[in-house]
Amino acid sequence: MSEAVKHAMPVQRATTARPEFVREVTDTGYGVVEKPLGVFETLWGNAGLRKVGVLVFLACLWQAYGLWVNNDLLMPTFTQTVAALWTDVASGRLPAAAAASMKVLLQGYVAGLALAAILTALATASRIGSDLLDVLTAMFNPLPSIALLPLAMIWFGLGDPSIIFVLIHAVLWSVALNTHAGFRGVSPTWRMVGRNYGIGQIGYIWSILIPGAFPSILTGLKIGWAFAWRTLIAAELVFGSSSGGGGLGWYVFENKNSLEIPSVFAGLLTVILLGLVVENLVFRTVERLTVQRWGMQQ
Amino acid sequence: MVELSGGPLLEVDGVTLQYRTKRNLVTACYRIDFEIHRSDRFVILGPSGCGKSTLLKATGGYIAPVEGEIRLNGAVVRRPGPDRMLVFQEFDQLLPWKTVRQNVVFALTASGQLKGREADERAMHYIDKVNLSKFADSYPHTLSGGMKQRVAIARGMAMEPEILLMDEPFAALDALTRVRMQDELLALWEETRFTLMFVTHSISEAVKVGSRILLLSAHPGQVRAEMNSDGSDPEGPDGMRLSARIERMLFHEGTPERETENV
Repeated sequence: MSEAVKHAMPVQRATTARPEFVREVTDTGYGVVEKPLGVFETLWGNAGLRKVGVLVFLACLWQAYGLWVNNDLLMPTFTQTVAALWTDVASGRLPAAAAASMKVLLQGYVAGLALAAILTALATASRIGSDLLDVLTAMFNPLPSIALLPLAMIWFGLGDPSIIFVLIHAVLWSVALNTHAGFRGVSPTWRMVGRNYGIGQIGYIWSILIPGAFPSILTGLKIGWAFAWRTLIAAELVFGSSSGGGGLGWYVFENKNSLEIPSVFAGLLTVILLGLVVENLVFRTVERLTVQRWGMQQ
Repeated sequence: MVELSGGPLLEVDGVTLQYRTKRNLVTACYRIDFEIHRSDRFVILGPSGCGKSTLLKATGGYIAPVEGEIRLNGAVVRRPGPDRMLVFQEFDQLLPWKTVRQNVVFALTASGQLKGREADERAMHYIDKVNLSKFADSYPHTLSGGMKQRVAIARGMAMEPEILLMDEPFAALDALTRVRMQDELLALWEETRFTLMFVTHSISEAVKVGSRILLLSAHPGQVRAEMNSDGSDPEGPDGMRLSARIERMLFHEGTPERETENV
């Protein structure tokens, strides 16, 4: 009995008897292989276009609500805001304010990046530098930059240096933190590849660490930019009046004081538009040309 | 520079390697001795945990031996250098921010070997050798695993190193691609006769790729045997095929005496 079972084993492993077959593959008769999408499908597939659609919808909603409220001081309509925007752009008041804001912003941003680079270099070079960065970031990252403004005004007076100081604080920590985290996350294989070529320290940082950490660095730059932008407008609202230049925050503040509410809205709209432009044109382009092209980000 | 035409290219002399984990000091391999001659296809074969990859990294100059010396052309190996190019198992060994061509060119320029046009020509010559000319301007993430490994091999060969170190380069490939890559590697060797140090845990791969096979025992790795191979897996005088003999030595004989166990 057991003998019979043993002999049956190999037979049982095969499946039930079915004939084998080989087929010729035909190359006709299967209908659609590839067919271009219709016009509507193509348009709907375009993310940019869909977002423009959302914007148009929101503008219509705003216009309808403004007409319904019918109170220029509380809620000017979309068209009134656009008219105010147009007037102030034409008169050069708004572009001047935007330019003044941008100038201060870029100064603070670049100074913040330079300091972040130094801190990250220290952190990468030594363990105590890394500890220093960790402690400083843990302390200062949760501190809103605007909270430092009163102190900055005492130290640097009423003017651009105070704003630049708070901007540096806004940029520095997120950029340094992300860059350092990115450096630490660089694949050990890339590190070994870099060392295999026998390149020096500077070359190693420049051609292995920085590109390898680029997704994190870019995130840091974007967060830093957003923090700086918000901090700047807030700071200008608080004491833009005395800082001579008169940026966008000051423009909003001034128009509120003279009850030019459509212009207040126009100022806010400009803040939004500039933010969108930098995010979508500058950072998106950099992303597309680097991390997406390299397949490091989808 | 010492030109030792007859002597060994690489000497590993009583090398013990240790590394630290969070809790332990691990001895990866213990008092390893072997010599690699020019144009050898020297395969290091052993079970997981025999320290074969650690040994390869030590030869690469990434890990310093706690005992013994590794000498290349008579000079002690102390740090990584372009005279010992590594090909890793990982597909991410290509720098993703560079195209295939740039990856190879960067190796040549970063190490200061060649510049500009010459670097580009050398790179394209070796990319052509691994049949990837069509993909020279593609970024690595658009390539398949086998193609990435071929670029890594082209990069290693373009540097024309004294010895090419390969750490299980085909282990992460599917079986069909692996066999094709082994054939291609042997064809490349036929052409240029480079010296190869190749780590694997696959007996069939060792027998096929290697001209000389070093067997390591497990944990900590010690030299068990060294044997010649012509790729055909011949029957020895005892009537056993080479691969069967290796398998018996690695898995079916009692573990070697542990008289040297003093971690």
